[in-house]
Amino acid sequence: MHGVDRLLGGFFNLFEPLFRAAQRWLGLSRLGWLFVGPNLLVFGLFTFLPILINLLYASTGGVKLMPLERPFTGAENFAILLECRDYLDIQSCRKDVFWRATFNTAKFSLIQVGLMVGLSLLTALVLNRKIVGRGFWRGVFFYPVLLSPVVVALIWKWLLQSQGVFNAGLLAAGASPVDWLLDAGWAFFWTVFVSIWAHMGFYTLILLAGLQAIPKDMYEAAQLDAASPWRTLRRITLPLLMPNLIVVLVLALIRAVQIFDEVFVLTGGGPGSATTFIVQFIYQTGFAEQIHLYGLAAAASLLLALGLIALTLAQLRLTRASEAGQKAR
Amino acid sequence: MRTLAFFTRTRGRHRLDWTDWLSYLYLGAGLFTLFAPIVWLLMSSLKTESALGQFPPTFLPYSQKTVTVAGHDKLLPLFTVRQADGSLREMAQVRRIGIMATLVDPAQPTQEVRVNINDRKPVSELTFAWSNYTDLFAKFSFGRYLWNSVFITVVATLLTLLINSMAAFALSKYQFRGQKAVFLLIIATLMIPPTIILVPVFLVINSVGLLNSLWGVILPAIATPTGVFLLRQYMLTIPDELLEAARMDHASEWRIYWKIILPLSAPALAVLAIFSVMWRWNDFLLPLIVLSKSEVFTLQLALNSFQGELNTQWHYLLAMTVITLVPITLVFAFLQKYITTGIASAGVK
Repeated sequence: MHGVDRLLGGFFNLFEPLFRAAQRWLGLSRLGWLFVGPNLLVFGLFTFLPILINLLYASTGGVKLMPLERPFTGAENFAILLECRDYLDIQSCRKDVFWRATFNTAKFSLIQVGLMVGLSLLTALVLNRKIVGRGFWRGVFFYPVLLSPVVVALIWKWLLQSQGVFNAGLLAAGASPVDWLLDAGWAFFWTVFVSIWAHMGFYTLILLAGLQAIPKDMYEAAQLDAASPWRTLRRITLPLLMPNLIVVLVLALIRAVQIFDEVFVLTGGGPGSATTFIVQFIYQTGFAEQIHLYGLAAAASLLLALGLIALTLAQLRLTRASEAGQKAR
Repeated sequence: MRTLAFFTRTRGRHRLDWTDWLSYLYLGAGLFTLFAPIVWLLMSSLKTESALGQFPPTFLPYSQKTVTVAGHDKLLPLFTVRQADGSLREMAQVRRIGIMATLVDPAQPTQEVRVNINDRKPVSELTFAWSNYTDLFAKFSFGRYLWNSVFITVVATLLTLLINSMAAFALSKYQFRGQKAVFLLIIATLMIPPTIILVPVFLVINSVGLLNSLWGVILPAIATPTGVFLLRQYMLTIPDELLEAARMDHASEWRIYWKIILPLSAPALAVLAIFSVMWRWNDFLLPLIVLSKSEVFTLQLALNSFQGELNTQWHYLLAMTVITLVPITLVFAFLQKYITTGIASAGVK
């Protein structure tokens, strides 16, 4: 502990003269810039600058990494991504993988978010009852949230492999084994299942916090009026939970659209492109394939960004509408 | 209608009724679904390579017993043999050709017996293959991956705490021109998910020469809007009079930040530290594009590249997975309350 103290003391002494000198120079109130400086530098270099460069990438072609060495191509990258001979047939598109990934992402997001938020709500309602060991149960449902996506994927890959425990179960039940991750339909099912398994605890926690914030006297009043449980749920619990529910829905949707790590390790996007999602398309186009098409990857990211901005705006709108609705009530 | 009592009631009666039983049943099913896979992983990681190859698998790490027999260099697998008179005898198998196996009694190594393979059953015993874990350090540069992960997590968390608390201090305790704009700018980055600027971030990291360097993973994410927001909201509750009094005593601003603000913000710093450890230890996409040489792999990258190899050596991979989830589990076990209340109040992960 003594060593740590000396280290911290040394660190403190290192900066004190600097700040004293700066205060003489800048005056007290402008010293704020010095404190916020390192943060802004990192944000500038690794967030704001990249946002600008992304626009440059999206409008240039070639394989060079340096934006200034890349030929300007205007909207060609977007044209390549979006061009199809027949918009009803994915196979006729120039980048059919992009369309497939977009379609998969949309399908995945809707199914996964619907099921996961439903399950989280159910779990939060159960946890909000008078149960023994609520803290323990809350921890049980939350724990998988902390596991890394790679670990989650490997746990399930081990269970689902051809000689895994699921196939042993099938065999014991007299059925024939299934190649869970090599069949397109099953692989998609498991990506949905595993991502719900890993993330639902997070949303359960937020919804539970919302439920616990509902004043108890509301329920007492409902009891006095002899309201049925169903009515209490529909008229008190759900309306008062609505702001949390909207936050959870949109947050889950924004995350689902960006699904990558777990699926990448679990199925690698396969079989074929059955579980290839949009971020994996960006990663593969920009980094994993032989020729790194940064422009195409950047254009695809911009399209993804547009989708995410739309979702965020929808959240703001919904939240405002629901708050206004509550005030009106 | 009674079914729905189950969802809405928050105050139960003293006696357990069937809706309570249903709740516990649901929770029990949840416990099983969430933890059985993890327990299965733990048990599997203690099986020997040959035991992992067995199908159908057993829950406990059973593997076939082996014995040394005089006159044979290798360890021989032990079987229970049903003899012609119906009695059972433990024998070691010397070789097997087709459906016939040649076995000897370890006590009489010269007398070989030939039996049909259906008349012998392997003798198994409980063996914990700790070597799966120890081999990781001996045979692979696993220690290196572990060190890389620990280094990134610790250094990045310290830097995150430092620069975000400095920014939060400036944004909560000073009035300077452009302050509001800075705050909004930082909060706006909450809406920009890292996946969207993947390509240009790669360019920037490459241009500043941090490709394949641990710093290339540490630096890009040390400024987090979540951290600034969390800390600023907390620091707003610290009374300004404390600062005024210190200034009267000619304390420098750095001293005020270091000796007054930081200690008083300890609870918020703790929450941010926990988040940061979680983010960094589990980070995958950024390391995946920045670190491509195996010397700089983190545990997550090593796991990913291991499982991608053609002949996945599951006995090592499973042990590695367990080691990777241990630190996070410990953090959770000790700090559960902070984590759950922190997330419930900040709504971040």
